[in-house]
Amino acid sequence: MRQAPTKAITYLCVIGLSALMIFPFTWMLSSSLKPFSEIFAGTTFLPQHPTLENYASLFQQSNALLKLWNSFYIAASATISSVLLCALGGYAFAKFRFPGRAFLFGFMLASMALPFAVVMVPLFVMMRNVFHWIDTPWPLIVPGAANAFGIFFMRQYMLSVPDEMLDAARVDGASEFGIFWRIVLPTTVPGLVSLAIIFFMSSWNNFLWPLTILHSDSVQTVPVMLNSLQGPPGRTAFDVLMAGSVVSVLPMLVVFLLLQRHLVAGITSGAVKG
Amino acid sequence: MLTEPRHRIREATLAAATEDLGEDYEWRSDSLRQRWRLAVRRHRWPLLFISPFFVLFAVFNVYPVLFSFWLSLHDWPGLGPMDFIGLANYTELAHDPLFWNSMLNSVLLFFIYVPVMTFLAVVLAAVLNARFLKLQGLWRALIFMPNITSMVAAGYTFRLILDKDSGALNHALAFLHVAAVPWLDDVWWARISLGLLMIWAWLGYNTVIMLAGMQTIPRELIEAAKVDGANAVQAFRRITVPLLRPVIVFSMTLSIIGTFSMFTEPYILTRGGPIRATETPVIEIFNSTFTDLRFGYAAAESYVYFAIIVVITLLQFWTVSRSDPVR
Repeated sequence: MRQAPTKAITYLCVIGLSALMIFPFTWMLSSSLKPFSEIFAGTTFLPQHPTLENYASLFQQSNALLKLWNSFYIAASATISSVLLCALGGYAFAKFRFPGRAFLFGFMLASMALPFAVVMVPLFVMMRNVFHWIDTPWPLIVPGAANAFGIFFMRQYMLSVPDEMLDAARVDGASEFGIFWRIVLPTTVPGLVSLAIIFFMSSWNNFLWPLTILHSDSVQTVPVMLNSLQGPPGRTAFDVLMAGSVVSVLPMLVVFLLLQRHLVAGITSGAVKG
Repeated sequence: MLTEPRHRIREATLAAATEDLGEDYEWRSDSLRQRWRLAVRRHRWPLLFISPFFVLFAVFNVYPVLFSFWLSLHDWPGLGPMDFIGLANYTELAHDPLFWNSMLNSVLLFFIYVPVMTFLAVVLAAVLNARFLKLQGLWRALIFMPNITSMVAAGYTFRLILDKDSGALNHALAFLHVAAVPWLDDVWWARISLGLLMIWAWLGYNTVIMLAGMQTIPRELIEAAKVDGANAVQAFRRITVPLLRPVIVFSMTLSIIGTFSMFTEPYILTRGGPIRATETPVIEIFNSTFTDLRFGYAAAESYVYFAIIVVITLLQFWTVSRSDPVR
């Protein structure tokens, strides 16, 4: 008897909240199709005369295609190298007994508590004065290539790989690296995919570190480009900015909607067991 | 020779290091160096596999942290000779209103959005966990979507929506005959707006964590309470929430660290304004470095910032472990 209103209220809450969550996306999209004057009048929701002019100026004047490519290849290189190195580390911590393992693992976990801002200034100095890596993609790929979160994450996955399988391969004379490459990696594909999505997204959306490293226009990633599109104070170029925002958000939305399950599995694995 | 303390420490480490060499290895009077070499050779594969992390950590974290301390004792515009000034940066920092203002802003922001967000996340997780709810995956995905969005894009979109004169929100409020709210132009409203952006971005993430925690609670427990006459709200308060405690603590810890390392959201939404009301410690460190070109001072700020985060995190763990988990 009491069930019906409870159900109705629940659905109402869930639908209402989902609508609130989606509203900024729809506003971003509809504004990107409006001319500047209409955005600033702010009186319409749907564009009166939809135009692709904002996108045209984004791709012609700001060379957005190049920025998208920069973002993509940096994210792809960072993802591939970190997933492989984290899988390797996770495998060692999960499946080998070696002196100091517990200490090294604990040390690695503790290292996650070090906020990026603490090393930002000296790291920038290092990148500029020692490595001469300003305006190159290396600072966005190398320092995070083997990170504590990824190793911890992969270790949880690797624990479930049966030891018998590894021992059988050893008896057959497989090399240790061969075992990792031909047996361990193929059996942990779901974990690798989850981690790859997390790494790709965080690299694609990363802002602070690219902002300090990528100064020249031609090497910028999409978020850094958006920041420099802002224009002078008082007249923020919202028309081009909204088009740029759509371009920056859309690829991630597609990836997310296709691979949603993997991502959610990835996020919750640390929270509940830990 | 081996009686010297530092040799004894080496001996002990070595004993630990070689403890599972197995019986096939016959102990002879090998030198320490030979025994080290044997241990490393025997465990060369796992050591090789984990070495990338430790090498990169040493080069890109340990070394910078040490270098940063050296830097914090100097006056240095980023180029040219470094001027040793001892602890002057730290004494200046102790009385720097900008730095402490940014710390205070983080604390205020934390109290503005984290309690609301955590509460909403727990309730929302309970709703999504309801058995009768159809399309659970769809709702979860929709609520999670903001979290995968670039905060630069989201920040600009919020700036447009919250604009005092042409923003969608004030137009909607005008429709309801509510006067225009200075969302981004008033000290407190700007902080609230930033909180709204944070809730929008992170509610889904926290809900997913809570939901995963909730799904580990056996449904029989709640069914049993209902058989005993508890209604849904009572069962939620007396059973679900206490059992969910570790997960709530985990998410609060992440929120504390997240609030203190906030950069992109205020940098894009409000540029730290108005009158520095949303300037966070990371923006402050960023400005000291790249606007004021005071690298030594920024390094000192980083150190104090880190110390404060460590203290706050420890305090939180201490309060959590002291209070009784079950009433």
